[in-house]
Amino acid sequence: MSSQMNGAALLDRRAFLKAGAAAGGGLLVGLYLPAAGGELLAQGPPAPPLVPFAFVKIAADDTVTVIANHSEMGQGVYTSLPMLLNEELQADWAKIRVEGAPVDAVYNHAVYGIQMTGGSTTTASEWDRYRRVGAAARSMLVQAAAEKWNVPASACSVEKGVVLHRATARRATYGSVAEAAARLAVPGDVVLKDPKDFTLVGKATRRLDTPSKVNGTAQFGLDVSLPGMLTAVVARAPVFGGKVASFDASEAQRVPGVKAVVQIPTGVAVIAERFWPAKLGREKLKITWDDGANASLSTSRMLADFAAQSASPGAIAKKVGDPASALAAAAKKITATYDVPYLAHAMMEPLNCVVDLRPDSCEIWTGTQFETLDRLQAAKVAGLPPEKVQIHTTLLGGGFGRRANPDSDFVVEAMHVAKAAKAPVKVVWTREDDMHGGWYRPMWHDRFAAGVDAQGNPIAWTHTIVGQSILTGTAFEPYGVKDGVDSASVEGAADILYGIPNLQVDLHSPKIGVPVQWWRSVGHSHTGFSVEAFFDEVAHAGGKDPYQLRRTLLKEQPRMLAVLDLAAQKAGWGKPLPAGRGRGIATHFSFDSYVAQVIEASVAKDGTVRVHRVVCAVDCGRVVNPDTVKAQMEGGVVFGLTAALKTEITLENGRVQQRNFHDYPMVRMFESPAIEVHIMPSQEKPTGVGEPSVPPVAPALTNAIFAATGKRVRRLPIRASDLAEGGTKS
Amino acid sequence: MTSFVLNGKPVQVDVDPETPLLWVIREQLGLTGTKYGCGMALCGACTVHLDGEAIRSCVAPVRRVAGKRVTTIEGLSTDLNHPLQRAWIEIDVPQCGYCQSGQIMSAAVLLAKKPKPTDEDIDEAMSGNICRCGTYPRIRRAIHRAAEFAAEKKVAR
Repeated sequence: MSSQMNGAALLDRRAFLKAGAAAGGGLLVGLYLPAAGGELLAQGPPAPPLVPFAFVKIAADDTVTVIANHSEMGQGVYTSLPMLLNEELQADWAKIRVEGAPVDAVYNHAVYGIQMTGGSTTTASEWDRYRRVGAAARSMLVQAAAEKWNVPASACSVEKGVVLHRATARRATYGSVAEAAARLAVPGDVVLKDPKDFTLVGKATRRLDTPSKVNGTAQFGLDVSLPGMLTAVVARAPVFGGKVASFDASEAQRVPGVKAVVQIPTGVAVIAERFWPAKLGREKLKITWDDGANASLSTSRMLADFAAQSASPGAIAKKVGDPASALAAAAKKITATYDVPYLAHAMMEPLNCVVDLRPDSCEIWTGTQFETLDRLQAAKVAGLPPEKVQIHTTLLGGGFGRRANPDSDFVVEAMHVAKAAKAPVKVVWTREDDMHGGWYRPMWHDRFAAGVDAQGNPIAWTHTIVGQSILTGTAFEPYGVKDGVDSASVEGAADILYGIPNLQVDLHSPKIGVPVQWWRSVGHSHTGFSVEAFFDEVAHAGGKDPYQLRRTLLKEQPRMLAVLDLAAQKAGWGKPLPAGRGRGIATHFSFDSYVAQVIEASVAKDGTVRVHRVVCAVDCGRVVNPDTVKAQMEGGVVFGLTAALKTEITLENGRVQQRNFHDYPMVRMFESPAIEVHIMPSQEKPTGVGEPSVPPVAPALTNAIFAATGKRVRRLPIRASDLAEGGTKS
Repeated sequence: MTSFVLNGKPVQVDVDPETPLLWVIREQLGLTGTKYGCGMALCGACTVHLDGEAIRSCVAPVRRVAGKRVTTIEGLSTDLNHPLQRAWIEIDVPQCGYCQSGQIMSAAVLLAKKPKPTDEDIDEAMSGNICRCGTYPRIRRAIHRAAEFAAEKKVAR
């Protein structure tokens, strides 16, 4: 999701008003109140009344089950959402359970207007709603107890899941009054705690899902098993857009355990009793492919094409002042180009989807970030109305954006397999399938020119970006693409916080047959690198300390300035380092959060980069669970290091050249540096946490490499051959 | 028919003996805590113990374990009380959690051999396990913490 898409509401807003059904005994309460802010609130209908629904279930045994409307993919929302709700409900935290929500409009993202997880927005979306749900439920429980005792509700209080009437020393557990409470009218409005009175939100709280993740009981999509279920793998075209011309399944069908071999729109599916025979069967398939239009795609040709396109300005994304004249008048002009490759998400759990398709209904089990769209597109394949299709969102073994597919590719394909299987079926993607499956982070080429005045201060900045549009052709296009500019292509470049008086950012969006998609931090994943690395070049060209120049140009940005200072101070900016080490600094604003990082690195004679220390400071507004924020910053740093040091997807003859973790390698334990996270205390509204720590990693590292070696790295991944002694300066 | 001991219980499976142990454990024997990540012994998500040694079950044909003892994450403890599980919970190591069974099983062999591992020991023992969420700093802390728990337990005895 692009962070600039706040306000996009994809579905008819009347859907919000539609009440759905929720099963289960005890108290069910929910409501819809749009999150504060956001264009939806400004443009949409008046806030609907509280609608009884299912955000929390309280059972007779006092168990409180919080229904999470966002998917858990590691970012901790199966703990932070219950924390928000229970801040107001005040049940016994030990009794809290969590469950993924079914698909229903009541669970729609409060800003985006569909049920989904992405854009680092869960907390921003649910900050108000989950607290309001908790407060409404508490008030109904109190009311139920008060009516039972025939005392005024105002004379009652609550404590750890118990309603108390102190005057008569009576007490009722939530579970004992839950059923009566469920029959009461939902309050018209609720009064929320002043944040200064929070007892749970803002306190480091152990994750509710950890125990299940250390004893093997956590259920991911790949772990789902149904009676009579078959397992399928699919042979997909080796070239994007390729089609089956003909195939011979006779040998595949002879593999013991193979039940059926069928052609589906994306290729040939081998359906078997279990995974292994399905995979063996696939190896025996003989398929002739019609490669189609993309058979000659090649990374080296794309690199040359992108560079050629960047020589002329593209569609204007941002223009301030008169950059051309300012450049011409500059005391010194600096130019550079930067390149980053296609990247695969490479979640540890490869894609998979279980479908039980019946004549009149359908159930799907999968780890998805995109329930509403998946359901609509699955229903289309099934020929069923969407409400007859239910999705059970399992835990996600990583998401990073891949499981929010605009075409619902892994769900739609599984639907086609299910139609052929005539039994419940699990479609499993092997690691190689997942790596070859496309929907990558786009490759990008960035061309910069900057001018500094006689004192070394930047007075002009032009930035031409070349890369595929993610949003064009998706349901999000009307909200994210304007005048030929995809906001997801220029985020982090067109909205840089530095005060530069003359600036232009423009964009070329070549159409290429490689499917592309949001990848943890989306456009910021390339602009963070190119902008912050080039900024470092400009600082050095003007004879300025890169930290001090950032300070100067951020004087109108107090929040970024504060995290910059915090990171620099904690990292000991300017203090001596062991010989051979360099320090690099970078800032980046994304998903409405402010991050600054300082990295210490050294380069061995053979060009091997060693990252010693990463200091990360973040201002993400109010924090729900500080330990989760720390974990996300740590994880984002490692994710960013893998992109900086290790990975690229390349194509030759239209074929993806990487297959598995040997040629798409990840940072491992021995390469993982010490990471320090510092969270800026803030009373501002909560902003993104899952993605904002990724963008500054690569530039902080390449800036550190420059400090250590004098060599500029302008393409990712960083190559030892570029840095080896005697290696070429890029 | 292949027979082996899984988490202390004898099991028998009727399966192509070349089938990787991973899929036999997950599909035939229904223990899904052991994960598929790469199928090439590159990521460690499928790590189990074979007679006390860490192996990648995704590349181990089930015939290799005939007559031997296999331990999976489900067999580590019945009550989350293994020092590694306690440490993982205390430090809140997992994010998505998918790789953690394999991480813990690798760490368990390390601690069995080196009750007080150094950072270098951890680097070496854990280098075969990938975590895409980037929980390495916490895994490192948790292994050190688990070593402390295990030492306390010994003293208590």
